[in-house]
Amino acid sequence: MLLIAQTFAMTAIVSIGGIATMIPEIHRIAVETYAWMDDTDFATAFAISQVAPGPNVLLMSLVGWRVAGFAGLMTATLSTVLPTAALSVGFSRLESKLKTTPWYAIINKSFPPLIVGLMLSSGLVTAKASIHSAFGIMIAIGVALYSYHKKTNPLYPIFASVLIGILAGRLGYL
Amino acid sequence: MGLFGFGGIAASFYHVSVERRKWLSTDEYAQTLAVGQILPGASLINMSTIVADRFHGLLGVALALLGLFAFPLIILIALITTYDQFSHLPDVQSATKAAAAAAVGLTFGIGLKLAKDIIRSGAGLVFAILSFLLIGIFRLPMLQSIFGLVTLSIVFSIWQSKK
Repeated sequence: MLLIAQTFAMTAIVSIGGIATMIPEIHRIAVETYAWMDDTDFATAFAISQVAPGPNVLLMSLVGWRVAGFAGLMTATLSTVLPTAALSVGFSRLESKLKTTPWYAIINKSFPPLIVGLMLSSGLVTAKASIHSAFGIMIAIGVALYSYHKKTNPLYPIFASVLIGILAGRLGYL
Repeated sequence: MGLFGFGGIAASFYHVSVERRKWLSTDEYAQTLAVGQILPGASLINMSTIVADRFHGLLGVALALLGLFAFPLIILIALITTYDQFSHLPDVQSATKAAAAAAVGLTFGIGLKLAKDIIRSGAGLVFAILSFLLIGIFRLPMLQSIFGLVTLSIVFSIWQSKK
């Protein structure tokens, strides 16, 4: 349990740009290093966390659940959220002072490109874990193009894909 | 807010905090969003924390986090236990595969959109590719990689500003 807490807290602290950038690291630890879960479990957790209502942190809650039930879920959620929330409060209270230092501008400029690399890594890692058919590739490319060009609630393309997926499954294409 | 945040809580956060409750002006929203995204962790959780702290201090933060997570976690547990009971059905399996594939597509879509908005210089491109190679391809530990890249990038921008 301590290992779960430490893993999620350490990863959350460096996950600049949001929870999605934690995905490659959590996959590396939970699937590749400790084999807490396999790729199918990870892909399922990823899918469910995307359709469940609430913040995206729920993916981390689900990984915790798979590893150690309810206690794992609470540990993963709290250790992801609390350290970064504390950091936010600290930062927000000092914001006016920090903003005038040159560091602020430098960090503001140097983080964003790293976030791009992390997001694409996240896509690659989840693709390897969850896509095993030509049909899956088609859905992913379709949704990627759609969300690249249109601002949309992510739930709509996912819902459409689910309907297409059930249909394709029944026809034997998946 | 947590309850209605299907597909992430960004939209409902804006609606509640700016339009309905007027906790933030649109400008303040944009500023808080920028800060929430630069800070590590979930952007929207960071934003909610900052807003709650501003109005009600640490008690507000605790209540905000409780409010954001209590219902979603209950629903999540209900969802996953139901899923485990029906996961053998072929329809459920196809649906899960399709949802995961769609979520992969969304992640790539966001990544590409960010790339288009953010990368304006050769150096930015190099750092984006470096972080993709280290984390996505070589699968190196994130803590060390990000520390290394941030240091490198800070050194680079100091060197550049001195030129």
